[in-house]
Amino acid sequence: MIAPEEILLTALRALRTNKMRSLLTVLGMIIGVAAVIAMFAVGTGAQVRITERFASMGSNLLVVFPGSSRSGGVRGGGGTLPTLTLEDAEAILRECPAVADVAPRVSGRTQVVYGNANWSTSTVGSTASLLSIRNWTLESGRNFTESDQRSAAKVCILGATVASELFGGEDPLGKIVRVNKIPMTVVGLLAAKGSSAAGSDQDDTVLVPVTTAMKRLFGARFPGKIQDMTIQAKSAAEIAAAESQITDLLARRHRIRPGEENDFTVRNLSEIMEAAQEGARIMSLLLAAVASVSLLVGGIGIMNIMLVSVTERTREIGIRAAVGARGADILLQFLAEALLLSLAGGILGICTGAGGAFLISHFADWPAVIAPESVALAFGFSAAIGVFFGFYPAWKASRLNPIEALRYE
Amino acid sequence: MALLELENIHKTYDLGEVQVHALRGVTLSVRKGEYLAIMGTSGSGKSTLMHILGCLDTPTEGRYLLDGKDVSGLGGDDLARIRNDRIGFVFQGFNLLARTSAVENVELPLLYAGVPRKERRQRALEALALVGLSGREHHQPHQLSGGQQQRVAIARSLVNGAPLILADEPTGNLDTRTSEEVMELFSHLNETAGITVILVTHEPEMARYVERIVTIRDGLVVSDEAKARERSFAS
Repeated sequence: MIAPEEILLTALRALRTNKMRSLLTVLGMIIGVAAVIAMFAVGTGAQVRITERFASMGSNLLVVFPGSSRSGGVRGGGGTLPTLTLEDAEAILRECPAVADVAPRVSGRTQVVYGNANWSTSTVGSTASLLSIRNWTLESGRNFTESDQRSAAKVCILGATVASELFGGEDPLGKIVRVNKIPMTVVGLLAAKGSSAAGSDQDDTVLVPVTTAMKRLFGARFPGKIQDMTIQAKSAAEIAAAESQITDLLARRHRIRPGEENDFTVRNLSEIMEAAQEGARIMSLLLAAVASVSLLVGGIGIMNIMLVSVTERTREIGIRAAVGARGADILLQFLAEALLLSLAGGILGICTGAGGAFLISHFADWPAVIAPESVALAFGFSAAIGVFFGFYPAWKASRLNPIEALRYE
Repeated sequence: MALLELENIHKTYDLGEVQVHALRGVTLSVRKGEYLAIMGTSGSGKSTLMHILGCLDTPTEGRYLLDGKDVSGLGGDDLARIRNDRIGFVFQGFNLLARTSAVENVELPLLYAGVPRKERRQRALEALALVGLSGREHHQPHQLSGGQQQRVAIARSLVNGAPLILADEPTGNLDTRTSEEVMELFSHLNETAGITVILVTHEPEMARYVERIVTIRDGLVVSDEAKARERSFAS
């Protein structure tokens, strides 16, 4: 038996002797592996982005919507009948042990004016809790205070988009803006967050105290009511508990009789995130499955070339046999050639795939994450392809009769 | 002492419908250091005999002792080992690896013998020097003349220190002058290194160099005569 490094060197020399053919064979593998790597990277990137977007909305969240209105046989959509009150929100925070924090919400479109600049945006009335629940951070200034809430103070916090649209480079803190003609002092600036999971600009917003929104901005239609509330459970494990505690409490407070339909809906955001992630995962598996077909084609290319090579090099095999190569030596040499081809294809394919993923993420503004597992998988898979598709030609070579092989023209 | 001993060797090829009797009972003994020619026309069975002598094939019947060891019933891997360290081949068509340098061609038997790289290179260079190809070690076959290629093949047959060289029509592809050079090289190796050389040929003029002629016809030895060398390297 000859030493493994000698087998590799001999195989390498044979591949170098047929540079062009080796290159073309490797190309098939490169394309296959690169496709798998790039598809996995893009798919993983999609999952990461979904997780990020949901995380930017806050974690362990539940949203309580009012129920739907009913007038005759016509049933309005969820939220058409305002049934939730600020007192409901306070009661939830007070009485549900699994709930960490509650942010009630009243919102609507407003026209915000500063000097000559004006900007139409969504204004959200809420409490100081909103910032922590929704993972907002303050770039500068302060959050709302208890006294802001009590007095329905004319203060607001600007989102990054609104601030730059109205103030450009100027510092908005302490300035007075008019929100639907009501002058309000800017007390805080939100740090930019980017777009949401649904793709809307989260920074295009103005926050005001919930009482201010109810009394001064949007209170005319449904006095005393809030639109919905966002609730943070104490931990991921307590989301389900929080959900049932909230449902029980609100049913009691709203005097819903057993068997009657609730006039509110509690929705769990982490379930939505899981569904979206599952979708992305299935998508990336699908893409990788399609890409792996090209990997298979690359493997068949190797087998094809190795078979041609065995026929073409029959005389070489005969010479090697005549000077003392045993069947196993010949088999290992050809197997090593196939393995080197497929591994070279694998390595170059990983590089190409990584480059492709980088280009996609660069130009399509899409995160591409190259997981070490997928690199290891592609590498192992290409080695397996080399052995699998290289074995038959190598076995054929090792079975050649030296006399006939030497006679071969 | 006998280097090879063939006793009643038969070789039958089964081609389904017909059986071809290529050898019908060859008995032959070759001493160490002999220089002989096996002669015969094509179809006489001399190629089959050469394949059996070279351990490329096994007889259907009969006993073949090489260096006292019965090799007639051995399997492929054992035959490969014997070819590797007991027998050197020289072919009509040279049979060098294309696009591979002379020294790498010569190293080939050592590679399969498991000789370490440094020693391999050293011994291959020595063998090339012995056949007068110093300075051409890194030429590829297509850069060498026919005579030079055949000398590379001879170096390859020598490099493992095999006691036996089997040369199958070694001058068939060479012109007269080059043929003489190659034949003289065999004589030289036979005389100075004591290597047993068996020449398989149908050209009567090659017989001038040898000291014994075995003639094969229809699968049988029809004559086996010793003679004086008419030409040798020394003359």
